[in-house]
Amino acid sequence: MTAVNPEDVAASDSLVEGLDSTKGARADTVFRWAAFGAGLMVLVILALITFTTAQAAWPAFSVEYFTKAEWIPSQQQFGMLGFLWATLLISFIGILMAVPIAVGIALFATEVAPRRLRRTITTVMDLLASIPSVVFGLVGFYVLRAPAQDLFRWIGDVCAGIPVLDRIFGEGSSGTSILMAGIVLSIMILPIVTSISREVFDTVPRNDKEGALALGATRAEMINGVVIPHSLGGLTGAVMLGLGRAMGETIAVTLLIGGVSNPPITVDVLSASDAMPSAIARYLSESAGTYRSALIGLGVTLFVITMVINVLSRKVVNVFDRRIKGAA
Amino acid sequence: MTATQTPRPKVDERLVVPTDVRISTIKGARFRRNQIASIGMVAAFVLAAIPLLFVVGNVVVKGLPVVTTKFLVSDIPNNAAAQELSSDCETLRRYDPTAACDDKAPVEKPQPGMGPAVVGTLITTGLAALFAIPLGILAAIYLNEYGKQTKLARFIRFMTDVMTGVPSIVMGIFIYQLWIVKFGNGRSALAASLSLACLMLPIVVRSSEEMLKLVPNTLREASAGLGSRTWKTTLRVVLPAALPGLVSGSMLAVARAAGETAPVLFTIGAINSVAAAKTITGQSTTLSVQIYNMITNGGKLSPQMAWGAAFTLIAIVLILTSIARAVSARFVMR
Amino acid sequence: MTEEETPVPQPAPTPLSDLAHETAEEHPPPAASAGATVFDVDDLSVLYSGFRAVKDVDISITKHEITAFIGPSGCGKTTVLRCFNRMNDLIEGAAVEGSLKYHGVDLYGKDVNPVEVRRRIGMVFQKPNPFPKSIFENVAYGPKLAGIKKKSELDGIVEQALRGAAIWDEVKDRLHKSGLGLSGGQQQRLCIARALAVNPEVILMDEPCSALDPIATGRIEDLMEEIKQDYTIIIVTHNMQQAARVSDRCAFFTTEVNPDSDQRTGTLVEFDATEKMFSNPSDERTENYVTGRFG
Repeated sequence: MTAVNPEDVAASDSLVEGLDSTKGARADTVFRWAAFGAGLMVLVILALITFTTAQAAWPAFSVEYFTKAEWIPSQQQFGMLGFLWATLLISFIGILMAVPIAVGIALFATEVAPRRLRRTITTVMDLLASIPSVVFGLVGFYVLRAPAQDLFRWIGDVCAGIPVLDRIFGEGSSGTSILMAGIVLSIMILPIVTSISREVFDTVPRNDKEGALALGATRAEMINGVVIPHSLGGLTGAVMLGLGRAMGETIAVTLLIGGVSNPPITVDVLSASDAMPSAIARYLSESAGTYRSALIGLGVTLFVITMVINVLSRKVVNVFDRRIKGAA
Repeated sequence: MTATQTPRPKVDERLVVPTDVRISTIKGARFRRNQIASIGMVAAFVLAAIPLLFVVGNVVVKGLPVVTTKFLVSDIPNNAAAQELSSDCETLRRYDPTAACDDKAPVEKPQPGMGPAVVGTLITTGLAALFAIPLGILAAIYLNEYGKQTKLARFIRFMTDVMTGVPSIVMGIFIYQLWIVKFGNGRSALAASLSLACLMLPIVVRSSEEMLKLVPNTLREASAGLGSRTWKTTLRVVLPAALPGLVSGSMLAVARAAGETAPVLFTIGAINSVAAAKTITGQSTTLSVQIYNMITNGGKLSPQMAWGAAFTLIAIVLILTSIARAVSARFVMR
Repeated sequence: MTEEETPVPQPAPTPLSDLAHETAEEHPPPAASAGATVFDVDDLSVLYSGFRAVKDVDISITKHEITAFIGPSGCGKTTVLRCFNRMNDLIEGAAVEGSLKYHGVDLYGKDVNPVEVRRRIGMVFQKPNPFPKSIFENVAYGPKLAGIKKKSELDGIVEQALRGAAIWDEVKDRLHKSGLGLSGGQQQRLCIARALAVNPEVILMDEPCSALDPIATGRIEDLMEEIKQDYTIIIVTHNMQQAARVSDRCAFFTTEVNPDSDQRTGTLVEFDATEKMFSNPSDERTENYVTGRFG
């Protein structure tokens, strides 16, 4: 749908400018450089982010910083492993819960649902994605904390004494905990993992799917035998992107993870803890000196990790695709 | 290379099927698995819809009653905490020397208000849009109209994708360190909008490039064939054609920025009055930050105000998102 | 990886009627006792969201024969073919009117499960579509679904199917390499082997050779001749020579334009023994098509 007729444009210009082509040439150069500059800005900003934060965090970096888990600002002790562990744990829980549901929804949308229902699914996912993180934290904090505390305490009691389970599900005395944060994270990354999974499933050629069905396969068998194998690469990419998003999520986690100042490395998901972005949110404003550098260091580490995950997710997708399409 | 000689070798019994299609040859287990799969998929969708309904439901039920016009234009009460300790004027005066009360008259109850946050959200988001959208569209023009598949353009495209994955809090730290600490500018609405702009930029670039890609090349060729240079073709032909998509994509980025808390949290400062919020270089606050504050520095009035702010925020985000979708739906590029 | 072929000398073009006659002589149609009716199609129409795409189809498919659907593109041959294994069910808004009976049972009856239909009626597609798995796994897919798990049994079934598709010798040493590494013609024969492995009664072929070169095409045509003793084949083809060479019976389709709505609807024109259709067609439209005056 054109808004402008190119002929009118060219005609009016040539009337006005006549044979003065230098004016047009100069405008073109200016415009080209402006656009190029804008494109470079992305790189410039990214570089600035890297350098500024790395420089600010530098004073706090040391071997202990990256290898120890004790975080005691009053004693100038900064070991970030506790925060890193918590971040990884809540993200892992988020992925564990979100991926099966996301894949289920995506399969439903691409293989089962009639056209109208597909649009509804998209709308629901878009709406879920547009809810601000702080609102999730709000609802979780005011509405779910008390019932969650009861539930967690019950789980803790049930699992007490059972060998492995009582490590994972400890006392459960708080509604804000690793598990709580993980559950909210899973809701928050659901839209992006679903959306990418849908795109991946959509690329499975119809011909292949029909081939399986023509052999007398049920729909589930066709999905299992054709759709899933075709999509493994893309799905891995989707999972990794979801992971990156989960790790960077700040505010909902801050409100629901508990806010322990020196989180231990534990598998007790019912315990309160603190993650990298939430620690920054909590303490940066009132920090100074090495303490501030250490907190910014958490940000830098987070930045590097999410960058690596993003870059890797692309590579993984490519490798998988090549293997599936198969060399002779 | 011949096919089998007749007669054909015996076929496995399990592969011999009666020709009557009504006779089932497929083990029940296979159908049951199919059923379970179908149920599972539907259940997954329901499972996703539940949190949406739960969150929106709570916000509407608890927030709507709070959001009156007064709420949207009143100052944030700063004597709420004091109210809890005592309702006598002397205590109140200790926390808020300007409190309007005297020993004879009863202390006025603090009224919930989010006026400054509303103004702050509008200003910071608007400024961020002003920075990010033109820059982002221009960068997208470079990528799609000039750079295309050159090594540099591909690198920029790749890096833009990577930048969309940068955690929002890192943007906040960045501006905090560079603008506020290094340049010594202090917290302000401007600082917050800079960090929001950093967040929006890669989103705008990506979505704009997608929209520009949708403009059919025949338009460009027609324009070029008539003597227009690239810049003119882009400005007069390509941009107008892609405009609805560009608007829609930008509005979605704005909606995202409006809801962000982390990048704003330590770059914006804190204020309480609507008057103070009408600023760019001074400290300010936003709805998202206020919700966070209300929850973490809880007082008696705080939950009410938090729900009210949340309702307002969701309303703003929903309005922006709906307009974006309406624009893209009505002017779909063929 | 290319097939090693001895080039087949190209025959001088013969009139189709001669071709059909030769074929009829070499392979006389089976005796009447073997000619049991497999499918009975009565006044069949296919509609897509209310739009009538094909109408007035009345044919019957006989056991151990090759029936060809011929006609210009877009006249509904593939649409009708896909009715036989209920593949049109996959298209949203598709519906069928009239009756299509398989051994006397209405395929579209309420108590009929499409999966059961496809178990008995296999299909080979226009574009070869082997799974991105090994050759062995491709052929074993169907039998595995049927519950055959033991490797020794699968080995036998896979070999039998690959022999049946005349491709065993070419792939027996690389059964565990990917099916996608084969040439187009080999991939198509792999797909045929895959279909044979589940022991269907009928095999539907949707322009199976249109993506292949003439040599690969010839091999598949030879294959069809050999396997028709054990199966019943329906083939859609827009290659008249192929139909004349290979088929015992032909159904000729064409499009009719509705004068009021300008919509094109496919329809069956004539259904007869191949030899008759090419030498002495009853309908003028058929004659125009087979003599090459149009289409």
